[in-house]
Amino acid sequence: MSTVAVDVRPPLWRRLVGFNLLTATLLGIGGWYVGWFAAHGVVGPSLAWFGDVDYNEISIFLAYTCGVLGFLIGLGFANYPFARLRGYPPSLREKETGGMGRYFGLCTDHKVVGIQYLIGIGIFFFVGGLNAMLIRVELLRPTSQVWPAGTYLTIVGVHGTMMMGMMTSGILGPFGNYLIPILIGARRMAFPRIEALTFWLLMAGGVILETTIFFGGFPTGWTGYAPLSIQSYAGMDCYILFFALVGISMTLLGLNMIVTIVTMRAPGLTWTRLPIFVWGVLSTSTLMVLAAPVLIATLMMAMLDRAAQTTFFIAAGGGSAYLYQNLFWIFGHPEVYVLALPGFAIVLELLPVFARKPLWGYRLAVAGLMGVSLLSFFVWQHHLFVSGINADLRPFYMFSTELISIPTGFTFLCGLMTLWRGQIRYTVPMLFCLAWFFNFLIGGLTGVFLSDTPSDVTTHGSFFVMAHFHYTIMGGLVFTFFAAIYYWVPKMTGFQLNERLGKIHFWSMFILFNLTFFPLFIAGFLGQPRRVVTYAQNLQFINDWVSVSAFLLGGSMLVFLYNFVKSLVFDRIPAPADPWGSKSIEWQLPSPVPVHNFDRIPVFSSDPYGYGEPSAPVIVPAGAPAGSE
Amino acid sequence: MTTAPTTSTGDTDHGRRVIIAGIVLSLIATPLVIIFVGPILPPGNASKQASEQVLDNTVVLGILTPVISMLGVVFGYALVKFRKAKGAAITDGPPLRNNNGIQVAWIALSSVAVLFLAAFGTYELLQNGSGGGQGPNPIAVPSGPKLQVQVIAQQWEFTYRYPSYGGLETSQLMLPADTDVELHVTSLDVIHSFWAYQLGVKADANPGNDNIAFVQTKGPDTFSVRCAELCGLWHGYMFSTGHVVPATQFAAWVKQQQHIFAAVHKYMPNYATIYYPNPQRRGG
Repeated sequence: MSTVAVDVRPPLWRRLVGFNLLTATLLGIGGWYVGWFAAHGVVGPSLAWFGDVDYNEISIFLAYTCGVLGFLIGLGFANYPFARLRGYPPSLREKETGGMGRYFGLCTDHKVVGIQYLIGIGIFFFVGGLNAMLIRVELLRPTSQVWPAGTYLTIVGVHGTMMMGMMTSGILGPFGNYLIPILIGARRMAFPRIEALTFWLLMAGGVILETTIFFGGFPTGWTGYAPLSIQSYAGMDCYILFFALVGISMTLLGLNMIVTIVTMRAPGLTWTRLPIFVWGVLSTSTLMVLAAPVLIATLMMAMLDRAAQTTFFIAAGGGSAYLYQNLFWIFGHPEVYVLALPGFAIVLELLPVFARKPLWGYRLAVAGLMGVSLLSFFVWQHHLFVSGINADLRPFYMFSTELISIPTGFTFLCGLMTLWRGQIRYTVPMLFCLAWFFNFLIGGLTGVFLSDTPSDVTTHGSFFVMAHFHYTIMGGLVFTFFAAIYYWVPKMTGFQLNERLGKIHFWSMFILFNLTFFPLFIAGFLGQPRRVVTYAQNLQFINDWVSVSAFLLGGSMLVFLYNFVKSLVFDRIPAPADPWGSKSIEWQLPSPVPVHNFDRIPVFSSDPYGYGEPSAPVIVPAGAPAGSE
Repeated sequence: MTTAPTTSTGDTDHGRRVIIAGIVLSLIATPLVIIFVGPILPPGNASKQASEQVLDNTVVLGILTPVISMLGVVFGYALVKFRKAKGAAITDGPPLRNNNGIQVAWIALSSVAVLFLAAFGTYELLQNGSGGGQGPNPIAVPSGPKLQVQVIAQQWEFTYRYPSYGGLETSQLMLPADTDVELHVTSLDVIHSFWAYQLGVKADANPGNDNIAFVQTKGPDTFSVRCAELCGLWHGYMFSTGHVVPATQFAAWVKQQQHIFAAVHKYMPNYATIYYPNPQRRGG
């Protein structure tokens, strides 16, 4: 394809023909029906379209598998392997195509993928948030009022699964992909096509999860415990396929990050000079690579139990429900830290910029990140404290769970000491980072009640747990997600975000978040179990309070959306190259970053935290395009 | 590792100030929290295990209060004291990169807290299992005679069997006061969780598994039973009320129930620790 600038662009219909999202969607739907009818040809004579879904899981699995394959082929993921098979030389030609079209198809530019991730995950984040609103509508009254019981469980399940599945890549997807090559002085990720693949797999998964409503939804929540999942309706298959795709996407994303960080660092960028965000991505990626395959295998077994009548998880057939619980949490607990660790890293990365001080205790911070990711593999049975398995191991899991608070505390110490005697500027990203300390402190300390087995008997499976992990994940991940958006989006797009609206967003979100989730600790203490459509009469006031507050919290998200669209689409005020006065390398490049990042690979001589150190050499990429500094 | 430049006097003052303030606040707040918040912590005093959980919750809260107080004071101080003045030019703070003393102190303090919590939790747990399900081979068993009660969960109700009264089966849980009870929790279909909130009992009901939990009732009381593990469509409606009644009243209740039960007794399976549904149910 010629990259020479042509004055007359081809007409729109011509540009829509080719390997892009439109073709992919058509091929995806086509593939779905191919798989559906092929499976019917094998399994049974019936050619009913949706009539027999309850007893023909094979059709559904095959339909979605073919649909995803068609989707990927439509995007052009098969082009490169076929070209290579036919003897064409390797190239990264997908990267060269310019214009908005890049964002609607396979693109190997890590910056495009980062922005794709930001928008794609953002959309599903809002869908998941909308589900939370629907949950709270039902919980306005102690009895079932708005949604039938099955619909309610599906809403709960889709909310949980969407958030836990999509947001695993919530920071590594947008900001990891966009920033990691820049921060380590590289021009691309190690595997650019795999990078694009992780995004499109995630998007395909998100759509599959939403289609569960055509098949009756699923009643298991995001944990998908067998044997309930085995006896459920066909909507369960969508859950299994979604999470399996997320698992594949996570594994590939993590692998790509690890290889990139280990092998593609620029000269001089030793391990102790890496920005702490890169360390955070590295520790998170380690978790992804080691934990996500367990999930894929577990869901394969669940799929076989459903479609091929195996009995991995059915006690009467020689299997065990504990097997699913154990496997799920061997994945699930590291996964929780996949959500939390990038938040730690963003906080530690941003504090030095806005406190005008070097990151305090760099090695301790790294030890904290790595310690958390290591320990997170040894705590999973605290989810099974009352399940009746391995009762004699409970003291060990109690200890290992509480032990994790020590490396987590390192993050607090390093953050605190970085603030100490600094020159703190309360910008919007800084406010979100500081809110992290507040939220994560509450989230972490309430976790002590859950790690302590006798206390856990009270709180296990109650709203207390629910409030706890919303404090750590929403208070930890989503707040830092917004910090990263306000901090880096000017670099990614070249346009400023409105500061005033940002502050309104922050304060409304921070206050309403706490008003929403803190009372839920009390509801849990008073005995309200999770995921119920009914609750005791005396809890109605708390639930009404929480619901109203949650609706307003949803409104606060609309403030963000308004700001985002207004600033980036309508106002379009160009952002300076380094609006925050950061010494990190991405701010030494123009905004937005040019396609090849650097004209010449930079040479690093220090870490990016040399604030107040006159002798510290500023990193200047040799021969980089001059920013408007 | 670079060491910090010698701390200036200004820094020492800041540090000393917040540490003293934090300790003072902790010393005030901790007893207040233990005295006023401790007694209202769940799950109450309906059983020995429930009281122990209240104690445990109080101890955890008592440890956490100084942590919150100290961090709150230090953060609050830093955020107010070290903020850049409005309109002032952006200047850099002192390049403090490390301080081994602070690191060691922090690690030591957090380790002590963690070790204490783990040790105390283990001690409490090994007393009698704290009302949690311990599986078929419990390790923390209260001594003395115990009343066996089997809790059979299924979609979407709990039924109770009393093996010492001829396998009597009822849909309502009735327990005698001041008695050690040995609950055998099992399920016929999917995973449920038997949660008697006021008694401080929670034990998952797994198909094919006998999950044992112990509870020592106190005086007559009423408690709520809920399923605490998502078990399908009507999970939200899987709740009932149980009663702890005086021994004489319990005996009378058993007699009455046995009379009702006699008619269906011959159709019931014999008492066993686990049951499998037959035929195996599948499909929703």
